[in-house]
Amino acid sequence: MSTARTAILDRLRRVNARPLPVKNPDYPIWTSTDREDMLVRLTELLEQNHAEVTRLPRAGLVAALRERVSGAGLKRLATGTGGEFFEEITQALQGTAEQLCFDQPLEQWKDELFNHVDAGITGCHGAIAATGSLVLWPGPAEPRTLSLVPPCHIAILKASTLHANLPAMMTEQGWGRGMPTNLLLVSGPSKTADIQQTLAYGAHGPKELVVLILEDA
Amino acid sequence: MHNRPQHFHAQAETALANAELRANFRGAMDYLRDKRKTAFADADEERTIRDRAEAIRQRCLSKLPELLEQLESNCIANGIRVHWAENADQANAIFTDIIQSHGGTLAVKGKSMVSEEIELNHAMEKEGITCLESDMGEYIVQLGQETPSHIIMPAIHKNKRQVAELFTEHVPGFQHTLDVDTLIQTGRNVLREKYRTADVGVSGVNFAVAETGTLCLVENEGNGRMCTTVPEVHIAITGIEKVVEFLADVPPLFSALTRSATGQLVTTYFNMISGPRKENELDGPKEVHLVLLDNGRSQAFADEEMRKTLQCIRCGACMNHCPVYTRIGGHAYGTVYPGPIGKIISPHLMGLEATQDLPTASSLCGACGEVCPVRIPIPELLQRLRHEAKQDPKPGTAPMRGQKAAASNAEAFVWRSFALITSRPVLYRMLTWCATRFRRLIPNKLGPWTRCRTAPKPAARTLRELMAERNK
Ligand code: SF4
Repeated sequence: MSTARTAILDRLRRVNARPLPVKNPDYPIWTSTDREDMLVRLTELLEQNHAEVTRLPRAGLVAALRERVSGAGLKRLATGTGGEFFEEITQALQGTAEQLCFDQPLEQWKDELFNHVDAGITGCHGAIAATGSLVLWPGPAEPRTLSLVPPCHIAILKASTLHANLPAMMTEQGWGRGMPTNLLLVSGPSKTADIQQTLAYGAHGPKELVVLILEDA
Repeated sequence: MHNRPQHFHAQAETALANAELRANFRGAMDYLRDKRKTAFADADEERTIRDRAEAIRQRCLSKLPELLEQLESNCIANGIRVHWAENADQANAIFTDIIQSHGGTLAVKGKSMVSEEIELNHAMEKEGITCLESDMGEYIVQLGQETPSHIIMPAIHKNKRQVAELFTEHVPGFQHTLDVDTLIQTGRNVLREKYRTADVGVSGVNFAVAETGTLCLVENEGNGRMCTTVPEVHIAITGIEKVVEFLADVPPLFSALTRSATGQLVTTYFNMISGPRKENELDGPKEVHLVLLDNGRSQAFADEEMRKTLQCIRCGACMNHCPVYTRIGGHAYGTVYPGPIGKIISPHLMGLEATQDLPTASSLCGACGEVCPVRIPIPELLQRLRHEAKQDPKPGTAPMRGQKAAASNAEAFVWRSFALITSRPVLYRMLTWCATRFRRLIPNKLGPWTRCRTAPKPAARTLRELMAERNK
């Protein structure tokens, strides 16, 4: 359809619109440089959005994971094949539940991931305090569907990766210079209010979002 | 069975007579307005975020052709295939080609008003491809063989009893219940099976970033993520106006969008897609396609005033605050986009012949313009379109599609006579003298005017005469 392309662009060009300069009027946005402030806000907003948040030291991660998994009766958990917390996750699951490493293309175990996995565990690339959002940066070691398909998503976040707001995080990390194939903000479990404005969780993706924040990491 | 803009008056009357429908809309609109009000509790903040959002949209539109080219080349560099379509037929042909080249028969679709615009589902059906809506509201609407009645909440016209009835009729094994959680679970179970087996996923686009070749998708349910992640092919479709210059343009627009639409600070998911699965990745679509659709948008672009129509970020706030929409609901308009935004965009998409009644369906109360996060002057544009529907184009400008479609000789004659009379004092005095003296002769029925009003009766004496009397 390159004729469509030429025709559309020609029509738009013929208008000779005058390009406006970049002028971005300021607007107030929640910001803070205090770690505790940010943590409190993140936790509050995530909880308001129905996520379950625990703050703990890194040394407590294995125990916390183990407790969470057996406490909720989660039997089969999907994990990545690497990532910062892989060893701790593996350790926590040993003797607690069955660990399914995402080590083959989705197509080869779609049915299993959709129907026979209780939870997926991933790390977070960071988080945004202003809106209570986790930032996920899936990749080969932790694929995209880990945080999407299983009915429960357990996310591990280092407090040191917390940013005050989205524009700050984008600029500091130079997202504008290049993006991964998929980057996500997640601010709670899947939800909908499509039936008579009544809020219901677990519309398509996870019904539960469990966030473990490692305060000293 | 679908409504058409040509029958707007009749459809509006039917809607007004439907008490259940009116109650559903009343409840929903009150809810959404309250939510927005809470989200913008601080008037200063509201003002500044609208300043920013408006500035971004105007700047990006001012560079539209360049940004589209930049978007295209960055998408291609990222491995996304870009297609251009002038109209619905071309867009559907692109979809058919892609899906059939993969031997696909089932597509799952996230919410996309642009795909409604091209009637994708019907077009695919003709090709033997099932296109299943996966947004909970859209799924309900599709089950009922209806169209969305709101751009954010497609099934807003239905209450839970009506949804339960639909499920009873169409979902095997469904046990009738009014429990919303169970209703959602029912939809969830049906749809999850489809994500798993679909060949293709379809989505719209909220913002397309030229700088990085990124498609941004805003949603709460996760169905958008499912459609764009699980099937092996992802096709996104968007109107050409959705492109933004920088990634940094996205956060303010995203914030303005979610707060205006549902009063949320942020949605559950904000999904940024910049390419298909890479060699070493284990999931995500193997192919990502982007379809850029014009379908009348370049007509709106050509006129500096109407170009503002394209600033829209589809938040739905204008309809939530529109007294007409609140009373007649979305279907009565007979267009894909209902309410105030529909009244100003549809004439470009469908031509003024079909949509001439829509711009007149407004009290011009200004509520739509007042809440619009990107400050589209909707009331002014409505007046402009009323004008274009009746008159020749301004000298030196190209005619709109359907220019002057609503012109009426009788009306033109009345206005010309009015101008003649009011600009000639002798004539004017003679006529008002007659009107006051023979006022009893004016009939009680004056056509449509007296359908819901009583006929006007001139006073016994004109104001001039009364004043003259008084000053004697
Ligand atoms: S016209 Fe404005 S208020 Fe209406 S949907 Fe578009 S952005 Fe929202």
